[in-house]
Amino acid sequence: MSTVEIRNLHKSFGKLEVLKGIDFTVESGQVVCVIGPSGSGKSTLLRCVNLLEQPTSGQVVVDGVELTDPDVDLDAARRRLGMVFQQFNLFPHLTVLRNVTIAQERVLRRSRAEAARIARENLERVGLIEKVDAYPGQLSGGQQQRVAIARALAMNPSLMLFDEPTSALDPELVGDVLSVMRQLAEDGMTMLVVTHEMGFAREVADRVVFMDGGVIVEDGPPEQVIADPQHERTREFLSRVLHPGV
Amino acid sequence: MSPVSEQQAAASTPAEPRKGLSPRKKQRISRGVQYVLLVVILVVLAALADWGAIRQSFFNLDVASKGLPTLFTVALKNTVIYTVTGYIGGFVVGLLLALMRQSSVAPYRWLSTIYIEIFRGLPALVIFLMIGSLPLAFPGFHVPGEVYGQAALGLGLVSAAYMAETFRAGLQAVPKGQMEAARSLGMPHMRAMVSIIIPQAIRIVIPPLTNELVLLFKDSSLVLFLGVTAAQVELAKFGNDQSSTFANPTPILVSGLTYLLITIPLGYVARRLEARQGAGR
Repeated sequence: MSTVEIRNLHKSFGKLEVLKGIDFTVESGQVVCVIGPSGSGKSTLLRCVNLLEQPTSGQVVVDGVELTDPDVDLDAARRRLGMVFQQFNLFPHLTVLRNVTIAQERVLRRSRAEAARIARENLERVGLIEKVDAYPGQLSGGQQQRVAIARALAMNPSLMLFDEPTSALDPELVGDVLSVMRQLAEDGMTMLVVTHEMGFAREVADRVVFMDGGVIVEDGPPEQVIADPQHERTREFLSRVLHPGV
Repeated sequence: MSPVSEQQAAASTPAEPRKGLSPRKKQRISRGVQYVLLVVILVVLAALADWGAIRQSFFNLDVASKGLPTLFTVALKNTVIYTVTGYIGGFVVGLLLALMRQSSVAPYRWLSTIYIEIFRGLPALVIFLMIGSLPLAFPGFHVPGEVYGQAALGLGLVSAAYMAETFRAGLQAVPKGQMEAARSLGMPHMRAMVSIIIPQAIRIVIPPLTNELVLLFKDSSLVLFLGVTAAQVELAKFGNDQSSTFANPTPILVSGLTYLLITIPLGYVARRLEARQGAGR
């Protein structure tokens, strides 16, 4: 059963059409990386999947629930989708532990003790159990992003969305975040990742989707899309990304 | 010739001897003139003043001591009560107005805007003069708590408009990503506002809200116009009454100093909070 199904998705901001008819699916347990030049609409696509952006037309179906249906309980549906942002978006006024427990308690109605237990499990998973009492401002960008991943995981999502999770990080901090994501993929999490990390896409992704100009240009296994692209635009983009300055 | 090329021309011929005083010398002379002027003004004022009369009228300890301890036990206490109740009212209504201003229901936005424009545009004194007339509009209506209620209402109405603007700025200063993160965790809009956005906004506006408390503390003197009894008197009226009783302005000065006792430390706290927040970001 496919986890995510996107059908003929369009999104315009005013007169600017950012997504011009997107169709694709993510199967349960798959890791799909979306690559493409900036302005290609890949982040908008990701934000349309959990309806942070309201699509102009088309359908988004997650676990058989159509999120684009106006009658759907969007808050309930979003609980199944974990989202990790480029800018982390941790809650700066709350401790790391509270960041991970607050939605569990307020949304899933877990008890304080249970939420804390689940939070600790997930902070352990991202290697930050010793930071439970720190505030986000006291953490490095890489650590903040790992807390953000733990925060999303604590809600037991069936799908994780990553919006350029390493783009705001100093280069030496990227590795820690990617290795957490790699572990997550090995554990069988379904993931949709917008990224510029070609190495990660090549190693971890089951499928790579190349977007340009609001359409999907190429969609296939990484060994095809990255190593042997079929389209001129993909080749052009990859040569710029993989061999900058040449 | 443009000023730039003029400068370049001047710079390129440093050998030419400068005419007149160097800029540094000019600066020193100008500073010296300012000191002399200041001393002259002080000397003239000191010579013109009647020091005996000043001590008799403004620093009359006999008269000042007659105000004690009522100055603190009644006047200052009432000033604090009026200020705090008004502040609490203004805080709640102000936050409400700020949220209304962001509402997706247009009439709420209009109401909030109209309220803020009116109450920021009116002198606080006019509002206090009108509060006494409220029963004319609503026959049989009395503001509960008599003067205390009326004072809280008046000060609350005025400060709400200012606090609403402050809260609005605070809410807007919370990054958009915070709401997105909260919503992506499945929080409904209201829940996200209450748990995530408003707590951050309030932290941001603590320094300006402390300043608002200082302003309100001073504005509480307007309660004078509500017509208060001896037990309801606040600092300004207390000073004024005492000064007419003893035909001596010292009590007014004492009241003024009592205001400063509160406002200067509060203002200092506000600036410290502001500095700390600036450093923390």
